[in-house]
Amino acid sequence: MMDTLVAALRSVLPADSVITDPVRLRTYECDGLTYHRATPGVVVLPGTAEQVAQVVRLCNEHGVPFVARGSGTGLSGGALPREDGVLIVTSKMRAVLEIDLANRRAVVEPGVTNLAITEAVRDQGYYYAPDPSSQQVCSIGGNVAENSGGAHCLKYGFTVNHVEACEIVTPDGDLVTLDRMDPGYDLLGAFIGSEGTLGIATKITVRLSRAPEAVTTVLAAFESIEQGGQAVSAIIGAGIVPAAIEMMDALAIEAAEAAVACSYPEGAGAVLIVELDGPAAEVELQFARLRQICANAFELRVAADAAERAAIWKGRKSAFAAVGRISPAYIVQDGVVPRTSLPAVLAAIDRLSAEHGIRVANVFHAGDGNLHPLVLFDDEEPGAGERAEVVSGAILDLCVEHGGSITGEHGVGVDKARYMPKMFSADDLDTMQLVRCAFDPRGLANPGKVFPTPRLCGEVPGVRKGVHPLVESGKAEQF
Amino acid sequence: MDPKLINDCVHCGFCLPTCPTYALWGEEMDSPRGRIHLMKQHVEGTPITPEMAGHFDACLGCMACVTACPSGVRYDRLIEQTRVEVERQHVREPHDRAVRGLVFSLFPYPRRLRLLRPTMWLAERMAPFLTRANPSLGAMATLAPRVRHRQRLPRLVRARGERRATVGMLLGCVQREFFPQVNAATARVLALEGCDVVVPPEQGCCGALSVHSGRDGQARRLASRTIRAFERAGVDTVVVNAAGCGSSMKEYGELLGHEPPFRVVDLSEYLAELGPVAKRHPLPLTVAYHDACHLAHAQGVRAQPRELLSAIPELELREIPESAICCGSAGTYNLLQPEAARDLGDRKARAVGTTGAELLVSANPGCTMQIAAAMRRGGSAIRVAHTAEVLDASLRGVTL
Repeated sequence: MMDTLVAALRSVLPADSVITDPVRLRTYECDGLTYHRATPGVVVLPGTAEQVAQVVRLCNEHGVPFVARGSGTGLSGGALPREDGVLIVTSKMRAVLEIDLANRRAVVEPGVTNLAITEAVRDQGYYYAPDPSSQQVCSIGGNVAENSGGAHCLKYGFTVNHVEACEIVTPDGDLVTLDRMDPGYDLLGAFIGSEGTLGIATKITVRLSRAPEAVTTVLAAFESIEQGGQAVSAIIGAGIVPAAIEMMDALAIEAAEAAVACSYPEGAGAVLIVELDGPAAEVELQFARLRQICANAFELRVAADAAERAAIWKGRKSAFAAVGRISPAYIVQDGVVPRTSLPAVLAAIDRLSAEHGIRVANVFHAGDGNLHPLVLFDDEEPGAGERAEVVSGAILDLCVEHGGSITGEHGVGVDKARYMPKMFSADDLDTMQLVRCAFDPRGLANPGKVFPTPRLCGEVPGVRKGVHPLVESGKAEQF
Repeated sequence: MDPKLINDCVHCGFCLPTCPTYALWGEEMDSPRGRIHLMKQHVEGTPITPEMAGHFDACLGCMACVTACPSGVRYDRLIEQTRVEVERQHVREPHDRAVRGLVFSLFPYPRRLRLLRPTMWLAERMAPFLTRANPSLGAMATLAPRVRHRQRLPRLVRARGERRATVGMLLGCVQREFFPQVNAATARVLALEGCDVVVPPEQGCCGALSVHSGRDGQARRLASRTIRAFERAGVDTVVVNAAGCGSSMKEYGELLGHEPPFRVVDLSEYLAELGPVAKRHPLPLTVAYHDACHLAHAQGVRAQPRELLSAIPELELREIPESAICCGSAGTYNLLQPEAARDLGDRKARAVGTTGAELLVSANPGCTMQIAAAMRRGGSAIRVAHTAEVLDASLRGVTL
């Protein structure tokens, strides 16, 4: 099957865009989450939307699953390849096609990096708002698939709030455009964050935002994480919506310090990075209030210029990779809890860490309760990986118990699929499958992701048998 | 290849956008992350296949990824170790072997380069024919600079005015034979700033080209000889004006297992540290400063040359977009991988073009030749100079 497919792929793509050499294939075995690995059956690097569509159509003809991948920086294994499938890599599709400042839009190919959009319009005073920490690397196609967030999502929202339209290749190989302005169902809303299970974005129209008049970035150092947590609640309680509130604990600070020498205040149990932006008068007022709230911080540093702001952010944005300096391996989690539960959950994580002898560094978007615990372990030490997994899973349990979620912005992917039943009932998951089946009845688009076990129509092989329970009970119709 | 160094990589991908070959082709195997993965495969038992060797050879060794890496992966060490392994295990195609043999028996030897000087005027005319025979030979001919008269530096250039320091000076191979005016300018600037400049005549190649190409035997031999020459001269500081040479001399300790008895500094690094005493005369010029990879990424010297240039009255300094991406010269890269080097050169030439500057300044002869050739190809020739030449003109009050 694969051989005839490869021959067919070679007939529609340039010779060097179809990779079958085993040594080369293996370099694509994982994305940013190295815990899960699979060598793809074949890798293709299409250059145009039409080529993506042709590849998908060929996959359909041969009944072979396909997985899309951008820059391979995902942290949930969303782009984990299939050994029996095709990996469609969009890294050659990286043209900024159109910039329309009058309508505050840009049209880009999926392989364009998140930061490249901002760089293209920065001189004109605009920017693209969502800012994942990997923004200089991660592709906008991947952002759409995972509905990526970033530090500034507290005020400005996620990818879904900044995409106006997507041209997509549907799982059966049609090229269609989903537009925010289309009347009827918000299909674009369903597509964004679908993790490659509803198709592949080939052209993305993003919304550009006007750069704020004033930005004030503050680094506040606290003796303990509890004090930092209280400050977060007080800031939000005071009615201030900062562009970002980020928190790092002592272990995360240690890593960032080792990696990028960010010179955060010494001896801090936690640091808060608070960024205020907007009209100058408003920022000034909010800053005065913030100063009062952070009165118990032992150091309050205000960035004087763009360089100092970048220096403050550098420590935070490099934190994940920086952990490589203090630990041979780590698992990064992405749970969400209500802001008010932050102190309780952090204390519980501390207990878990001590109980299992596994260090946990905390870096998180404190403003919206999005935790990124980094579970550190030595992959050479027997059993350490398993214990880290246990801690990691227990943290997600904690999030769900406190009324939160198993993922804030990294997506479910393959890594958190097994936790989905903790959040959703069998009926819920069944209903989601109905949506998926409407787009991908054969289950060829990124199978094995998001949903825990092969259910209903979704997974290869086989098509859904029997009537869906919701249809049977008269709550839904299938067309 | 040290598995510990390989395991430092956490696969985050922050290196991807800074890698010149990833910028060109967008393929994982030709990114630092992908190459480290290939190294891992090899360490775990996969023999070096021709495909694997091809991806290692395609690496420019520009070290932009080292700057970008938050995990502190020593890719510089890794790729050097890998190249040694490739040289040992991989049997190259005959034409590839021949070109490499020619390059490495020519460039590290100033005397052999000197023999070429009388033929250089022919190079430009020969280029099209040579390209047809072999792209590498063609690239050599296209890049060949028009040589000026030989200028020999005395063993000792005395400080002007009060003596503030005594330093040794490395002449380099290509620099010495093809850009003697840069060495002359360097010595004058150092003397005008109050340094006695010691130029040991027995110094040869520093070994940089060999280190960067996996020829570790040759590299060690040349490094030891260079150390002996400056040791005999009795200097405690050696000033280097070629970025590639400076970066590998700073790593002699790692290459030989013992530190040399002197400190190695780049010219701009040293001048910034010394502080100016000589008067700067105005130079009404717009200048685009190009970061040589082996200065910016390998030595972390970015601010000093900019400070020195900006301090010249009436000189306007302009930044080149994408300044962290290599121009494609990369030591012998433009000779051994001419197609990729050409594409990167064209990309850099376009970026330099957007600055509208009159003069392109860089601290590496290879970069200068490469970018100048690309700009000529693109029909927008630009004047080029080494940082030392600009400073020299300003200090002496002459036009450039």
